[in-house]
Amino acid sequence: MNILNGNTNINFMSRRRIAMIFSVILIIASIVSLSTRGLNFGLDFTGGTLIEVGYQSAPDMSNVRGQLEDAGFAESVVQTFGAASDIVVRIPPSETSESSAELSTRVLTALNEGVEGDIEMRRVEFVGPQVGDELAEQGILAVIYALVGVFLYVMFRFQWRFSVGAVIALIHDIIITIGIISFVHIQFDLTVVAAILAVVGYSLNDTIVVFDRIRENFPKYRKRTPEEVVNTSINETLSRTLMTSGTTLLVLFALFYFGGEIIHGFAFTLLIGIIIGTYSSIYVASASLLTLGVSKYDLMAVEKEGATLDARP
Amino acid sequence: MNQYSIWKYLTILTIIVIGVIYALPNLYGDDPALQVTSTRGFAIPTDLSTTIDDALLVENINHAPAEQTGNHLLYRFDGAEDQLRADEVIRDALGDQYIVALNLAHATPDFLRSLGGKPMTLGLDLQGGVHFLMQVDMDTARGQQLDRFVDDIRAALRDDAIRYVSVRREGNGLLVMLRSAEDRDKTMNILRNDQSLVGLDINELPVSETFGISATVQEQQLLELQQTALKQNITTLRNRVNELGVAEPVIQQQGADRVVVQLPGVQDTVEAKKIIGATATLEYRAVDENNDPFTAEQSGRIPPESRLYSFEGNPILLKKRLIVSGDQLIGASASFDQTSGQPAVSVTLDGVGAKRMLDFTRDNVGYRMAVVYIEQKSGGRKVEDVISVASVREPFGKRFQTTGIGSISEASQTALLLRAGALAAPMEIIEERTVGPSLGKDNVAQGFKSVVIGFCLVLFFMLVYYRVFGVVANIALFANLVLLVSLLSMLGATLTMPGIAGIVLTIGMAVDANVLIFERIREEVRNGNTPQASIRSGYDKAFSTIADANITTLIAAFVLFLFGTGPVKGFAVTLSLGILTSMFTAIMGTRAIVNLIYGGKKRIKKLSI
Repeated sequence: MNILNGNTNINFMSRRRIAMIFSVILIIASIVSLSTRGLNFGLDFTGGTLIEVGYQSAPDMSNVRGQLEDAGFAESVVQTFGAASDIVVRIPPSETSESSAELSTRVLTALNEGVEGDIEMRRVEFVGPQVGDELAEQGILAVIYALVGVFLYVMFRFQWRFSVGAVIALIHDIIITIGIISFVHIQFDLTVVAAILAVVGYSLNDTIVVFDRIRENFPKYRKRTPEEVVNTSINETLSRTLMTSGTTLLVLFALFYFGGEIIHGFAFTLLIGIIIGTYSSIYVASASLLTLGVSKYDLMAVEKEGATLDARP
Repeated sequence: MNQYSIWKYLTILTIIVIGVIYALPNLYGDDPALQVTSTRGFAIPTDLSTTIDDALLVENINHAPAEQTGNHLLYRFDGAEDQLRADEVIRDALGDQYIVALNLAHATPDFLRSLGGKPMTLGLDLQGGVHFLMQVDMDTARGQQLDRFVDDIRAALRDDAIRYVSVRREGNGLLVMLRSAEDRDKTMNILRNDQSLVGLDINELPVSETFGISATVQEQQLLELQQTALKQNITTLRNRVNELGVAEPVIQQQGADRVVVQLPGVQDTVEAKKIIGATATLEYRAVDENNDPFTAEQSGRIPPESRLYSFEGNPILLKKRLIVSGDQLIGASASFDQTSGQPAVSVTLDGVGAKRMLDFTRDNVGYRMAVVYIEQKSGGRKVEDVISVASVREPFGKRFQTTGIGSISEASQTALLLRAGALAAPMEIIEERTVGPSLGKDNVAQGFKSVVIGFCLVLFFMLVYYRVFGVVANIALFANLVLLVSLLSMLGATLTMPGIAGIVLTIGMAVDANVLIFERIREEVRNGNTPQASIRSGYDKAFSTIADANITTLIAAFVLFLFGTGPVKGFAVTLSLGILTSMFTAIMGTRAIVNLIYGGKKRIKKLSI
């Protein structure tokens, strides 16, 4: 089966100005959303206590809130989690030195009052304030180091323009993915950070495949303009790009729909990130190359390497 | 033309077979089992299993032969009912000296176990349990160390009859003020040469009304202190967790000043925390040699200045007056006595402790001294055990040895207990995660389901899209899953929910290498190359792309591993391993199969791709 007949010749690069405007709008929208709505930071970052409780049947939420308020947890937030009979109680970090164990016991006792049948403690998470700050710092550092590592590797294997293109595409992906997370107000926790880093890896994968073809095609089509070479390369790799993104998305849909509530944020982030990463490897990474003025002379050293490969029997 | 040498086929086959063998243990479930451990973490005596076997035989409970690993015995049973019955029987037969814990032992068949095969352990999020992250308060530990130096310096100056104005802590250092230049020089000498004051950087202060010396603790010394404090806390935690009877607890150092405690299966966090946070200490007391402990025990008339304890099955009377307590103990280690060569426990006390010990031993040569280990248990219970009794041969102070201990392993166990009783730096729980068993089961079910569904979707899609080559890719994909699972099992990795996500993602990305290759082959065919040449150049040309793309992803995964903790790390490990195994199966594996299908044929008209 073939989705594309292999002779696609879409002039991607002629639309790169439109794409650039589109990307810039998305980035601005993301930054606006981040600064106005902010991120819905999870327990991992804010610190505090989270208690997940399972009821036998769906409880009346206002009732639950009332019970918690009476027990002195006025600042707690109650939400259903996955099923209607599961609720999550979030309690912000308190000034008092009360331990999380005592806290969770008190919450359970409070909730148990006037409820028929047992309620079951499903999960307790407590994160001290010092941990949260560290995680935020580590997350940001991880992204920066990953970008530096990628920049160096691409510079070593390709050329600096490619490094710049790849890193711009990655930053583009990260900002927009986080922007969308902020917009839909998905909880930003450790698994989401992991997902963002996986998006970095994936988008990079995509970008490198296109770059690799560009590197190969420059010596091959000496007469063509850089724009034409980039276009050809994207078209040649297009069916692979769609196929790989397609299968990965399939798996992620499975994760999103069947993986359970805990993995939801993770799967959602990856879904968004992979769609954006696929788009960016064409319109951000490759377009940046052209804007930076890539030419066949940039790949002279590699040209020789290609020549020896061709000369092999 | 497209053929691998027989060696290459064999290598690939061998790797796959090894992969299958080590992935297999994951298919077997668990046996209900009981784990027997000594309360103090001592070695299990050899005749213990006979005692238990006999007790079980009387009650007619079937069980597999006892397995001994390290310091515990494991009994497997046919069902949960037998397990629970046996639990009672063994508890009754052994009494307080041993802890019996319910356990689920991997039901890996013997032939796989003999090869070292074991299944992946399920993380707490999958099997339920408690996770604590504890931070050791290093500031306090440092403060204690400085206080100890202050005491030691004061004692040393007093011993040499040097009168000082003051000796005190000053920020992160010490300040010694003296009356004359002569005193200062003498003090400098003491500070440099006294064995107990190692690790200080000493400076003279400019002369004013007083003659001062400032001292700071060397960085190296602080690091060592930090290490010891942490190790000591870990030891203490181990002893206490042992008390809980948890089957496979994890107690590990994380970073410079943190300890992770994971208690699978434990639900009652309140109880767990109480025990973990309990305090233990120890006391050195004189043995009351004037009264007979046996008569005291029988008559119940205990001399007012003494208390009755029992040691190795015999009663013993100890004086109530305390010689030295645990917070004055700096260190304890097992060693060999230099003169007799016998195993010994070497103990180091701080300045105050040393002075009191010296005062006591000077007057009591020839008498015995005992060590009492005191543990605060849950519910305000206090348990006191006499852990060693020894005679005083000569007066001693700061450092001394206890000999007359059976073996070197007993010596190190006593040293361990002494250290556990000594007051290490305080700890604070900074993170806690508890997962109930039902949530764990849900997670396993959902994780498994999503892996299967995702996997099937990809298989179907590849089959439709690439036909014969799709089948080849699917075989490779399956082999990839097997290899990944076997690698994770061999490394003893813990499978967590993010780990499952990593596996799922790997499946998605493993396809990529094959898609790259197949698309290349299609391109070559379209360019008018022969099928055989297309296969060859397809694989050749796709290789550098695959390598570049995967190495960059590995860089990202590596960074994830370095900076991540817990769940993120698990995800990074599966992702990295998945990339490596997928490179092998998707390139070498598929090539081997494609060669087997098409390689031998001279003329192929068309590739089914």
